[in-house]
Amino acid sequence: MSSSISSSTTGTALVKRGFADMLRGGVIMDVVNQEQAKIAEDAGAVAVMALERVPADIRRDGGVARMSDPLMIQEIQASVTIPVMAKARIGHFAEAQILQALDVDYIDESEVLTPADEENHIDKWAFTVPFVCGATNLGEALRRIGEGACLIRSKGEAGTGNVVEAVRHLRTINAQMRRVHSADASELYSLAKDLQAPLALVREVAELGKLPVPLFCAGGISTPADASLVLQLGAEAVFVGSGIFKSDEPVRMAQAIVEAATHFEDASVVAKVSTGLGAAMKGWETASLEQRLAERGW
Amino acid sequence: MKRIGVLSLQGDVSEHVAMLNTLGCEVVKVRTLEQLDSVDALILPGGESTTIAHLLVTSGLSDALAVKLKEEMPVLGTCAGLILLSSEILDGRSDQWSYGALSVSVRRNGYGRQIASFESELDVQGVGRVPGIFIRAPRIERVSEEVEVLATLDHGDGAGEHPVFVRQGHVWGLSFHPELSSDTRVHELFLNSL
Repeated sequence: MSSSISSSTTGTALVKRGFADMLRGGVIMDVVNQEQAKIAEDAGAVAVMALERVPADIRRDGGVARMSDPLMIQEIQASVTIPVMAKARIGHFAEAQILQALDVDYIDESEVLTPADEENHIDKWAFTVPFVCGATNLGEALRRIGEGACLIRSKGEAGTGNVVEAVRHLRTINAQMRRVHSADASELYSLAKDLQAPLALVREVAELGKLPVPLFCAGGISTPADASLVLQLGAEAVFVGSGIFKSDEPVRMAQAIVEAATHFEDASVVAKVSTGLGAAMKGWETASLEQRLAERGW
Repeated sequence: MKRIGVLSLQGDVSEHVAMLNTLGCEVVKVRTLEQLDSVDALILPGGESTTIAHLLVTSGLSDALAVKLKEEMPVLGTCAGLILLSSEILDGRSDQWSYGALSVSVRRNGYGRQIASFESELDVQGVGRVPGIFIRAPRIERVSEEVEVLATLDHGDGAGEHPVFVRQGHVWGLSFHPELSSDTRVHELFLNSL
């Protein structure tokens, strides 16, 4: 029982991916101030995403969307005990350095903000803090993992309240993983070329039958039924952006989505928590959008 | 054969399930009272302790688990599971409750936020060297006499050696995550005690 060791190592792939494992089955909620953060924690959120404007408002306001003011991130860190995530622009490694210096628990290199680099994403291996990135297909997911992402989420179409794009992305990723998993070893070179993904990671998917990191869902989730849908489609946790605080009754909506995420396979529980919830956020038909955020990132 | 439950409300449930399957156990994912009643022992996984506590209440399992603990059902908690079993939570939510089945004080995120999460090899009594994976881990700051300490760690932060693996009769608590490694010996130690 004598274990006197001071050879601890931080920032390993295992502790970064392991932290994502701890969030599984949970709901990560976008919050813009301390009051919302507390509502999220009270409702059972596993983490909050601190940002100045939820995606629906970014979409409405237009202009350049950047990393949040460190002050609001620090205020939210001080107000809750659960993990606090924050967003950096695609390719903006200086924003990521600031977020790491602020001791945020996860960085979302996010297409919801205005991209800072149209060719390169952040070299995420260079950081101790873990990163989550969005993906619309398997190749994109594996490119992000190749750059050091420890968690992948579907992009969906943020701020629309419409789950259709998230479903498309999840189904695409799953179908492509099934194809890779069933492929002959000699077919993987060509598949890697088609997916524009690193061969080593394609081989890992072929062996595991799934991504080497957890796969969560984001983008347009607005109701307990939406959460149940994407979890049944294979997502392991959900990010809810505008869907909670743009609904009629955010407290009840937050609690209901948390319960639906746990009991997503039990329709009687999802029915119970969906009953009399008030209106979900209004939402947009994606065909009518002027700007598709999911197209950002490469 | 013993049936082992894994509380499956939130967290790294599948790693525990996979490890127990490897060891040939019959495993039940516990989300309902009937499932809780069907098991001989229970694992409380890692995850967010506030979320799991909330879901224990909303799913109607919290009182039933308290009864099981009183009836001396063997329970092992990792990370968030340790927090739920502890008798005192430091730096938690002001209204955060726990079962008090382990006479230990734990400090939430006692090693720091995620950037401070770390790996460090541990020497576990009766097992030997095992990988220790600590993620936003709770730090055990005080243990009472009846608590057996199975592993300690000197984190090199000047605080000296402190417990990271404790046992009080049928209740086991770990600050770290053996389920995230491929080493099954900590789970075997628990199973062999049943």
